[in-house]
Amino acid sequence: MMFLRYAVYRFVTMLLTLVVVSVMVFVIINLPPGDYLSNQIAELRATGQAEGVAKAEFLRTEYALDRPLWEQYLIWAGFAPGPQGFSGLIQGNFGWSFEFDRPVGEIVGDALWLTVLVNLAAVLFVYVVALPLGVVAAARSETWVDYSAAFVGYLGLATPNFLLALILFYYGHKYFDLPIGGLMDPIYEGEPMSWPKVKSILIHMIVPTFVIGTSGAAAMMQRLRANMLDELSKPYVETARAKGLAPAKLLAKYPLRMAFNPFVADIGNLLPAMVSGSVLVSVVLGLQTIGPFLLAALKSQDQFLAGFVLMFVALLTLIGTMISDMLLVLLDPRIRYGARGQ
Amino acid sequence: MTWLPDGRYVDDAPYIDTTDLSAPERQEFDAPSWVLIWRRFKRHRLGLIAGLFLLICYLILPIAGFIAPYTPNERSAEYLYSPPQEINLWHEGRFVGPFVYPTTATADLVNYRWTYETDTTRPMPLEFFCEGGTYNLFGFIPSDTHLVCAPPGATIFLWGSDRLGRDVFSRILYGAQLSLTVGLIGITVSFVLGIFFGSIAGYFGGKTDWAINRVIEILRSLPELPLWLALSAAVPSNWGPVSVFFIISIILGILDWPGLARAVRSKFLSLREEEYVRAAEMMGARPARVIRRHLLPNFMSHLIASATLSIPAMILGETALSFLGLGLRAPAVSWGVMLNDAQNLASIEIYPWTAIPMLPIIIVVLAFNFLGDGLRASLDPYKS
Repeated sequence: MMFLRYAVYRFVTMLLTLVVVSVMVFVIINLPPGDYLSNQIAELRATGQAEGVAKAEFLRTEYALDRPLWEQYLIWAGFAPGPQGFSGLIQGNFGWSFEFDRPVGEIVGDALWLTVLVNLAAVLFVYVVALPLGVVAAARSETWVDYSAAFVGYLGLATPNFLLALILFYYGHKYFDLPIGGLMDPIYEGEPMSWPKVKSILIHMIVPTFVIGTSGAAAMMQRLRANMLDELSKPYVETARAKGLAPAKLLAKYPLRMAFNPFVADIGNLLPAMVSGSVLVSVVLGLQTIGPFLLAALKSQDQFLAGFVLMFVALLTLIGTMISDMLLVLLDPRIRYGARGQ
Repeated sequence: MTWLPDGRYVDDAPYIDTTDLSAPERQEFDAPSWVLIWRRFKRHRLGLIAGLFLLICYLILPIAGFIAPYTPNERSAEYLYSPPQEINLWHEGRFVGPFVYPTTATADLVNYRWTYETDTTRPMPLEFFCEGGTYNLFGFIPSDTHLVCAPPGATIFLWGSDRLGRDVFSRILYGAQLSLTVGLIGITVSFVLGIFFGSIAGYFGGKTDWAINRVIEILRSLPELPLWLALSAAVPSNWGPVSVFFIISIILGILDWPGLARAVRSKFLSLREEEYVRAAEMMGARPARVIRRHLLPNFMSHLIASATLSIPAMILGETALSFLGLGLRAPAVSWGVMLNDAQNLASIEIYPWTAIPMLPIIIVVLAFNFLGDGLRASLDPYKS
């Protein structure tokens, strides 16, 4: 029951945060002087295409771009009725992309779940790699295992993601015959789900997952190692050792559990960085996630598309953080539910 | 010193009652904290080396133009995609001094690429303190003297040349001027904002604290790069390179402060209960003074250490932005702008040296990490 209350509390905070974020996003996408349609109208006027001007003017009123900014925001978010009544983000209407001349929802469609997929894979990768490496590095601290893990970790932190992506792609293709670019073979694009398609996606995801996850895994590994070392120096470990517990069992039974909490909690801190990384890597590698859409939309001031992608990315991180917070509460009974003083 | 028959040593100097026995230790106790920190830091080899390396890097920045054999946008139209050249000392067993072999480019029209032939019969000695393209020493002294230049008729492309025939080595030196200072300006912005908001949140607590904390939480929970992208996309494209550079560094700083503010806040929450703070308040010190004179000096060194650790993120951020074409743009030269050229697989495959700018990035970021770790370790009060 307590947990349920905490979950509800956490969910409500997330929604409030999301509202604030939406204001921020809206302000940011409206920062550049002018907007797509006014630029287009000016251009069409200059070349004397009256027909196009009429369409652009129509879109302008249709999407309430001729109103004051605060009103535009309310309509975009769905808090106030626009020209078609309430139809904003909340109602599931993501607006119109002027650049692609199609509704935003239609454009991003597939990209949304592929984005989720790529990020999920990266998070999994972080756990799968960082957990054993961190534990081993702590258990064998100050040996070559520890040092080489630390070295690889530092290198992972220091290499810019996009370069790592390019290099891995090149060598992955050269030596392991991994496919270059994209998240699936072009033949499967727009096809319904099938086993060959899933397989193709999986093979294409190897390099991106690795690239996005590396720096996160490195940071996580270092933290887990530090936590483990703290735990390993405590008296109960010595007691267990004196009583003759096997080293592997000893590690898994007590210190690992203690060191595990920060490990889970950290994913909340890590997630924003990973989502950032996935946007960048997607652009470089041409993955069909929303990263390339964001870049294109930002460059051409396609405001509804850019706004939606930014909102989606923020939502993804917020949900991830929320889940990690809840997991932490489930894992560690010492963490108090809800606000302070309860 | 006398050696007594029973094996003891005895000091011959007369015993003086007033000698302060703890004098030698006092020196240790009374040493200012930075001396103690420095002593501990010196033992941290990796951090020390990284620090020295970074110091040298930053000292080179103002004289980059002098060291670089070329100016950043100087094109050698005859030498597109020239591979790295070697500087030799010995020619056919005879000592000539530093020289290069001249190269000639031919267009390989079958594979559609440039191939270079080295003429190893004619060593051409390098010129020192010679005249070349003009640049500004320390940013304002016009000069055209270079440490080393290519002899007429030859080139000196230590790390090859790029698609427009510009020297990669020289461009890396010039690029460092922007890429390395972006981090410093960004961290200054983030430092000022972080300390300001963190300290008022921690010192006043209550509603101020609540509000600032929410802002911190929101900013921290958002992915940085999309926000960077969106903000830099808002920079008007008709701005000059210098203003774009400043605005980019400020953008990087604006999104970085929450981490620092959080550290400051949590520290202030505990420090404000100390007696000396109460004493200062009772003597009528205003909050600004208490914060500046009594609270901040307590952990300024910690803040500097953590700031060192967040500079790499900014350097990488600038690189990523410029790489995507939303940060600095040509004719400005930064490492990210240079890597923008190496974006496609073809250049990595055929002209791998165009990707060389990644090496200084990795090394500098590593150095900052090591320096920060070293600083943090030597500041840690719990370690002896």
